[in-house]
Amino acid sequence: MHKLLEDSPGKEMLLLGNEAIARGAIEAGIGLASCYPGTPSSEIPDTFFTLYQEAGFYFEYSTNEKVALEVAAGAAVSGVRSIVTMKHVGMNVASDALMTMAYLGVNAGMVVINADDPYLFSSQNEQDNRYYARLSGLPMIEPVNAQEMKDMTIAAFDISEQLKLPVILRTTTRLNHLRGAVKFGPKREIKAKGFFKKDPFHYVAIPAVSRKLHKLLLEKYNQAWELSEDSEYNQIIGNGPWGIVTNGVSMNYVQDAVKDLGIGEKVTILRLGFSHPMPERMIEKFLSSVENVLVVEELEPVMENEIRSIAQSEGIGIPIKGKGDGLFPRLYEYDPGMVRKTIASYFGVSDATPVMVDMSEVPELPGRPPNLCAGCPHRAMYYAIKQVYGPEAIYPSDIGCYTLGVLPPLSMADIVICMGGSVGSSCGFTAATDQKVVAFIGDSTFFHAGIPALVNAVHNNHDFTLVILDNGTTAMTGHQPHPGVDTTPMGVDTKTLSIESLVRGLGVEHVEVVNPLQVKKAIAAARAAKEFEGISVIISKELCPLFARAIKKAKKARPFYVNQDKCKKHMDCINLLACPAMYIENGRTMIDESLCIGCTVCAQICPENAITPLKK
Amino acid sequence: METKRIVFVGVGGQGNILASRLVGEACVAAGIPAVVSEIHGMAQRGGIVETDVVVGDATSPIVSSGEADGLIGFEPSETLRALNKCNENTVVITNVQPLPPFTVAIGQGSYPDIDEALDLIRARVRSLISLDGNELAEKAGNPLSLNMVMLGALVGSKVIPLDEGALKETIAKSTKQAFLESNLKAFDFGVSASRVG
Repeated sequence: MHKLLEDSPGKEMLLLGNEAIARGAIEAGIGLASCYPGTPSSEIPDTFFTLYQEAGFYFEYSTNEKVALEVAAGAAVSGVRSIVTMKHVGMNVASDALMTMAYLGVNAGMVVINADDPYLFSSQNEQDNRYYARLSGLPMIEPVNAQEMKDMTIAAFDISEQLKLPVILRTTTRLNHLRGAVKFGPKREIKAKGFFKKDPFHYVAIPAVSRKLHKLLLEKYNQAWELSEDSEYNQIIGNGPWGIVTNGVSMNYVQDAVKDLGIGEKVTILRLGFSHPMPERMIEKFLSSVENVLVVEELEPVMENEIRSIAQSEGIGIPIKGKGDGLFPRLYEYDPGMVRKTIASYFGVSDATPVMVDMSEVPELPGRPPNLCAGCPHRAMYYAIKQVYGPEAIYPSDIGCYTLGVLPPLSMADIVICMGGSVGSSCGFTAATDQKVVAFIGDSTFFHAGIPALVNAVHNNHDFTLVILDNGTTAMTGHQPHPGVDTTPMGVDTKTLSIESLVRGLGVEHVEVVNPLQVKKAIAAARAAKEFEGISVIISKELCPLFARAIKKAKKARPFYVNQDKCKKHMDCINLLACPAMYIENGRTMIDESLCIGCTVCAQICPENAITPLKK
Repeated sequence: METKRIVFVGVGGQGNILASRLVGEACVAAGIPAVVSEIHGMAQRGGIVETDVVVGDATSPIVSSGEADGLIGFEPSETLRALNKCNENTVVITNVQPLPPFTVAIGQGSYPDIDEALDLIRARVRSLISLDGNELAEKAGNPLSLNMVMLGALVGSKVIPLDEGALKETIAKSTKQAFLESNLKAFDFGVSASRVG
């Protein structure tokens, strides 16, 4: 039995925050889970994927977050508990469905897991999705540790059913990717099938219905507010004159700082775990009991502004500070030391934080950015395209491993906006410039958001080349399947869609499928695409080597070596490919045989044919 | 309980995520509060992997600059890069086998002299334990057991309140039988190396 399916209340286990959420969903008896993977949320669906068949609920990797949310919505209005997971930018995609689901409401618990990414560990922006709760009017809850990630997932289902509204559970990267002790609770029985009772004048969001539903949402908002006032996750801790308000992972930093500074008697902490709607009466009580307030929240001053507004309406004039004024930044994530120092300086206490060692004599260290792997087919396709289109063409790129192509010497990404943005922006580039345009998009990203943009390109006669980098998996987020992947080896029965048929079906007249590891053929495909007037698509098809190894489909190939007698030090291999298996030793190009997977691309471009397979 | 803050740094593939998780699991098994922080995503793409382990009463999952009680570096230049996590009381344990990043190969930086790096670290912290972790892993019969060597060195250094037996039990629970003997051997080599270092 999967360790997270054990029916063993009281058992304690060290769990990843994301595993704790998955366990919470299991304890809550979910009947359906859907997602689009994205760091830092991916391990939640990946955990579901490993156990859903054994557990007996429905699970799918959906095509994108909007679809995923709609899938969960269909279940929830039919009386089946559902959970949908996504990263913060995924919420932008899902938001169209989210906004109106707030009107329609649910008949069984529906929980939307939203993972924000302060400091942008693996994201294109740092947006604060607490605003989505405000925008949609939906309740939001925010756990502070692994135990609460499990417990509050269950609580979210209960709140959702009390209010008949979807509930957003918000995490941040540090919570998703911490490991902490989690005590298991009892498992509720799974109900995987429900029944949809028709009620068109409630569920069909035409203006006449939605006018009524908007009013209903505001009524539910008031009920949510009452739940927030009584929630065990909103707490006033201590009774000192110095007020601190906090949420999420920052709660830990605040608690540790208060302990380290020895000011437990002096402070009152207001922890907001049911953070939208805010518990206004509780906040008013808190404000009346303290002399000044420091708000400790990452990213935007959401709580700070709302608390200030409550203070104003209650005629409370104490100082309420958070962002700016030499206090906390709106940028990036917080850390325990920063919070301790800021609390110490705001309340005027001395701080015994240890002093960092003197770093002034540490030499400048070589960068170690993440890089396309040795043998990565993306590198080979980038090489071929650059040989044909040169450095002058515009290379819009997209979200995935291949975004790493931005690094020199490849330098094959000129603009990245969002999922699918490469294709849409290319339409603009071709309309507004006379420059050549080659867009890159991954296979999973193409299914996610590239298709409507390609329809647009075809329909509006745009003239550019789209390279679909089809490595047979969603590589960046951890090798999840997508609609183009045959999942039978994983024991899952899904239909596999052909990207080529799809592209041809959309009306693209010039389509070529090429293995990028065959350099000459890849270059020929690039030439043909360049000559074609109108939209052309190259499908660059080769399995991600990491994935191939994981599913035991890696081709057996000998690693290569550089024959130093033949090498004339053109260094094309190093300078044009920058494969991490290559290095320079005493001016000579070498290949690390433990990293080389024998993709042969360097051997194909070596002008002296100096790179050959290692003899056994 | 006194709080101990440990930072593990390494390069994708060296196994420091597993090492930090095992410390966390051993703590939970021993009834010691612990929280571990990992950053995923880039681990398989040759980037830097940092994991933090906070043992004791603190609940923050991460370690700020200057606040590590122990820094465990799986690669010497990464140990040096993470020196900002240290203060004068930090114990630093580092592997000395270099793994130069590809930026060095394409001339975008030069790799530091290891002896100079070690001297620089030694002069600034309470103690430095340096060992050839890869060689010890080879000697243990499994080149991939570098993380067990480093884990052994951490336990041997006594920076965290966990004894050898507790960690070995946790290792035994989460290691495939085929690798168990070599992993435990590597762990023991790490323990011994931390004592002479």
